[in-house]
Amino acid sequence: MSQFAINLIFVLGSFAIYIGIAFWARAGSTKEFYVAGGGVHPVMNGMATAADWMSAASFISMAGLIAAGGYANSTYLMGWTGGYVLLAMLLAPYLRKFGKFTVPEFIGDRFYSKNARFVAVACLIIASVTYVIGQMTGAGVAFSRFLEVENNTGLIIAGIVVFFYAVLGGMKGITYTQVAQYVVLIIAYTIPAVFISLQLTGNFLPPLGLFSNHVESGIPLLQKLDMVVRDLGFVDYTADVSNKLNMVLFTLSLMIGTAGLPHVIIRFFTVPKVSDARWSAGWALVFIAILYLTAPAVASMARLNLLTTIYPAGPTADAIQYSERPDWIKNWEQTGLIKFEDKNGDGRIQLYNDSAAFKATADERGWNGNELTVNNDILVLANPEIANLPGWVVGLIAAGGLAAALSTAAGLLLAISSAISHDLIKGSINPNISEKGELLAARISMAVAIVVATWLGMNPPGFAAQVVALAFGIAAASIFPALMMGIFSKRVNNKGAIAGMLAGLLSTVIYIFLFLGWFFIPGTATLANTPDNWLFGISPLSFGAVGAIINFIVAFAVSSVTEEPPVRIQELVESVRYPKGAGSATGH
Amino acid sequence: MTEHDRNAAAYWSANLRLIIGSLIIWALVSYGFGILLRPMLSGITVGGTDIGFWFAQQGSILTFIALIFFYAWRMNKLDKEFGLSEE
Repeated sequence: MSQFAINLIFVLGSFAIYIGIAFWARAGSTKEFYVAGGGVHPVMNGMATAADWMSAASFISMAGLIAAGGYANSTYLMGWTGGYVLLAMLLAPYLRKFGKFTVPEFIGDRFYSKNARFVAVACLIIASVTYVIGQMTGAGVAFSRFLEVENNTGLIIAGIVVFFYAVLGGMKGITYTQVAQYVVLIIAYTIPAVFISLQLTGNFLPPLGLFSNHVESGIPLLQKLDMVVRDLGFVDYTADVSNKLNMVLFTLSLMIGTAGLPHVIIRFFTVPKVSDARWSAGWALVFIAILYLTAPAVASMARLNLLTTIYPAGPTADAIQYSERPDWIKNWEQTGLIKFEDKNGDGRIQLYNDSAAFKATADERGWNGNELTVNNDILVLANPEIANLPGWVVGLIAAGGLAAALSTAAGLLLAISSAISHDLIKGSINPNISEKGELLAARISMAVAIVVATWLGMNPPGFAAQVVALAFGIAAASIFPALMMGIFSKRVNNKGAIAGMLAGLLSTVIYIFLFLGWFFIPGTATLANTPDNWLFGISPLSFGAVGAIINFIVAFAVSSVTEEPPVRIQELVESVRYPKGAGSATGH
Repeated sequence: MTEHDRNAAAYWSANLRLIIGSLIIWALVSYGFGILLRPMLSGITVGGTDIGFWFAQQGSILTFIALIFFYAWRMNKLDKEFGLSEE
């Protein structure tokens, strides 16, 4: 059977499961549509949260980023997991006790202001729409590589599948498909990693293999990797970084951004009790950690594998002949994600760090520039081929990449459509809308959101990579502080909260635009995006944490010079702090 | 202040103490051992590298999991002790 047929079977098989679930888990009420009826088991919700959270970025890109950056990119590992500690202790249980359907609804009620609710809706929609673009492009890459269909055709197929279970089932359909998608993506991610870890270190658990000895050389894997990359002029894989302030702030931005992303928070509205929300955050992180502990192992092993493929006799000997390159390089060359240019005309593939410091060595060896460009994103997708694993593992990776992208896209789309139907339509435009009418409005908003997301995936704005920074920055600087102050302070009032959210949002967005271009229009950046220009060496990607601090300071300052919140609001804050008396989530 | 209010206030300050304690550990393993204190700990080696690298790529994630489960267990117990649990 051809590889194409195997991939097709795996992908179509997984899609058939998702559509089957869609028919089984149809939503009959707004409660089912928004919070899956409120009866999801905490372990099940943990699994769904893991799929909801782990996006195409986690599945496809993260290991490649770590492989390229080594220790310096540990920020992603700590940042994208540490947020769950904040969620479990600072947000999830209290918002579950509050017991409503959406995140803006809490902000509107707690700060007794429709304007606060609108600001929250705006932040939610900007953050979620930018995030969904990344998922759709990720799905497009997986389709075009593994199913050899046009990118656009692939996106339309993906859109139709999501349409089925998200429009029919709402949160209920999404929850059970996310559970299935988690199983698919985690099997796809770990199986190749286990084989590679066995081949390189003899240890079948990749997280242990990372700190084991390299079988061939008998020295620790990480030492071996450091030696190989050093011989090719790269920075040591385990090398420390000098700009610690930026590393700390970037990690912090990812953590509070994670905790403030609405599509993650609303997953905790689906469990029956406050105590379940706490357990569920723990289970979510367990399921996430299975991938996040495997990723750094995949990163270092794949980097070593790649370099030994190019330099079979060691980095100080001759590189491989281009004509003898392995099949997987040929496959990926067709996608343009691997590029070779024989700069010194010797027919061999020289892969090294083209830096000034290494120039003398390169000249001595007759090298005339780095000849192989490898896109970070292919590392996980090409992993089974690099390790010579059987064809069915490649098919599994295709289904896994799509599961990661689609599960996150569906979660984001639900957050967007519930903000429109529940916060805007029921909350403001037509408060007397019937239950049936609201459910219909929710389905229509979902359908429109899917069409818009698919269209954006087909016509991605040129700044898809930067906008992810924007999503995290907005969640960190506006939504997280507002929610936290709403729970932990009785003194912060409507004026303080609105001023704080706007100050956090604007300072972060302006700082990002200064360096990455106004509204991301190329060529409009005010300052070159280099560390010398950054304020105290803080990169635009790390600014969300600073924006959050600005939000807190402004909110407290404005609240302290204006009136206290009314007594009923102070009682509301009291009530979210104590689990007693929590019913399941309601819309009224 | 009624008996009920005093009880509720004691529950809330117990929760805050637990959160602060947990977040100190949360920051220590990631921002501390994993980033800022890494050079100071470079003498301690794990599997061919230093312990700071281990905390940055593995140790902090494992600690985060332990922290959340510990918090959930303690809080669910406190809910019952203070008579504030849902059932």
